[in-house]
Amino acid sequence: MWAGKALAMAALLCCALGCGGDSSQMAHKKKTIQNAGSDTLVNVAQAWAEDYALVEPEVSVEVSGGGSGTGLAALTAGTVDIANSSRHATQAEIERARQNTGKEPVEFTVGYDALAIFVHPSNPMEEITIAQIAEIYAEHGKATHWAQLGVRLPGKRGDKIIRVSRQSNSGTYHFFREAILGKTADFRLGSLDLHGSKDVVELIARTPNAIGYSGMGYATHEVKMLRVATKPGEKAIIPCVESTMNGSYPIARPLLMYTLGEPAAHVRAYLQWIYSATGQAILAKSGYVPAPKEQHPQWNADAKETP
Amino acid sequence: MTERGRGEIITEWLIESVIRLCGISAIVFVFGIFFFVFREGGSVLFQDFKFGEFFFSTSWYPSSPSNVRYGVLALIVGTFSVTALAMVIAVPFGIGAAIFVSEFCGHKLRETLKIVIEILAAIPSVVWGFIGLTVLNPLIIRLFDAPIGLNVLNGGIILALMSVPIIVSIGEDALKAVPDSYREAGLALGATRWQLVYRVLLPAAKNGLLAAALLGVARAVGETMAVLMATGHAINIPGSLLDPVRTLTATIAAELGEAPVHSAHYRVLFVIGILLFLITTAVNLTADLVIRGIRRK
Repeated sequence: MWAGKALAMAALLCCALGCGGDSSQMAHKKKTIQNAGSDTLVNVAQAWAEDYALVEPEVSVEVSGGGSGTGLAALTAGTVDIANSSRHATQAEIERARQNTGKEPVEFTVGYDALAIFVHPSNPMEEITIAQIAEIYAEHGKATHWAQLGVRLPGKRGDKIIRVSRQSNSGTYHFFREAILGKTADFRLGSLDLHGSKDVVELIARTPNAIGYSGMGYATHEVKMLRVATKPGEKAIIPCVESTMNGSYPIARPLLMYTLGEPAAHVRAYLQWIYSATGQAILAKSGYVPAPKEQHPQWNADAKETP
Repeated sequence: MTERGRGEIITEWLIESVIRLCGISAIVFVFGIFFFVFREGGSVLFQDFKFGEFFFSTSWYPSSPSNVRYGVLALIVGTFSVTALAMVIAVPFGIGAAIFVSEFCGHKLRETLKIVIEILAAIPSVVWGFIGLTVLNPLIIRLFDAPIGLNVLNGGIILALMSVPIIVSIGEDALKAVPDSYREAGLALGATRWQLVYRVLLPAAKNGLLAAALLGVARAVGETMAVLMATGHAINIPGSLLDPVRTLTATIAAELGEAPVHSAHYRVLFVIGILLFLITTAVNLTADLVIRGIRRK
């Protein structure tokens, strides 16, 4: 974030110095949009920022990650224009934004993500139920070895389950806790709390005993995605675009962007572009699911009519 | 004449005060940090802070939706287990290398070794962490058939490699400080080189070597990024060297960004900072007193 700020300052300074005498160009000072938050969204946000630089060279978007909590904390402090989040803002965060800035955070659903459960390819398991995941991750859960889930791991490493989780400011962490363990339950301590969606997948690829969760966009051929069943006996569903859209995959969530109050004109133009066919195609290419038309903000439809 | 003299006096005074300021600034900074950490964390200490839970509970649930708990026992055990293993590896290696560099090797080899050791000390900690994550992790899984390679062993090896350079350079200074007359006397009595090291140099340089080891400990306790990556960052009382752990420093690094400023979680993280500050101050102070011990002799 600091680096981004410093860069923006440097860019402004260069511009001011470079065209000091020319007042007509001064008016075209480059605008910046500060954008921080969710690690789940950071790759897409980066791709958006890069492509938007070609569409609108007058606006530069500075993207940084750090987790949904970090992004929302920066938004409530008024230091970013857009916070990316893979969970809804909490009442406390909305309250803090009101106190600090007098403005209300405004939420935009820019797409959807399915949270995939990953294991090592050598693991014979193919599907898992929500209850089984809870047994593995919950504070009073009992599953500590793969044999308890009826799985025999190859090799002689023993079959201790290595739980891979996320650091506690991650939106993925909070969403997973709510979706799997329930609103008030806690994780069991002793999981490996990694600092990024990609790190989780990379560690599982190197650890035969591991299980972990990450956005399905982070899947690689080095890990195996499990099919997930809501209840034992029900059909287990693989996370994909269709199963997320039709709601059959049980662990899916919205991807959100927050602004403080109604966005300023240049921020609003950026959000409009994100909702455009081009913006949504970039999101889809990163492995996420585009937001359905009826969830696009109202002013987006208005803008479409005027050329 | 008088004009010039006055100019000189003013310049003199100016330079003197600038230098004095530089000297005092170190003290100012240390007290400034001390003050800041205590101001941020201190207030929570006097408002029904649960010392029992803090020191004796392993439940660290700072963002629990229903039952927030701040127990750092597992983190303290994590820090000490990794540090202890690092010292078990680094002290014999470091002191051995110091003896070799100072007593046994030729001039050319010594200069080369010193440069290499300095390079070792200059490797950024995030690079060490990266080595732990990508090189040691699969190696430990393969060698020990461990379920996970990010554990006490991994963190201990990485920390040992990081503290060896400090131990070597301070240890070598301590051995150098032993007067040559001791060596000459030993050799004159017919001692072999090994006997000279074992019976004369080590006892004579005892305090300096101890100080070297203690400064290595301080380095290991305070290290953050490398252990964050290499230990697995799991809140866990380790049952063996192959269990993952989490350290005090890594917890602060991972969680301070998320904690809203002045919230309870934020303040407790600063209390952990105070705890770390006290540990490293105690270790450094001991090392300092030990070194003073030699000088007085």
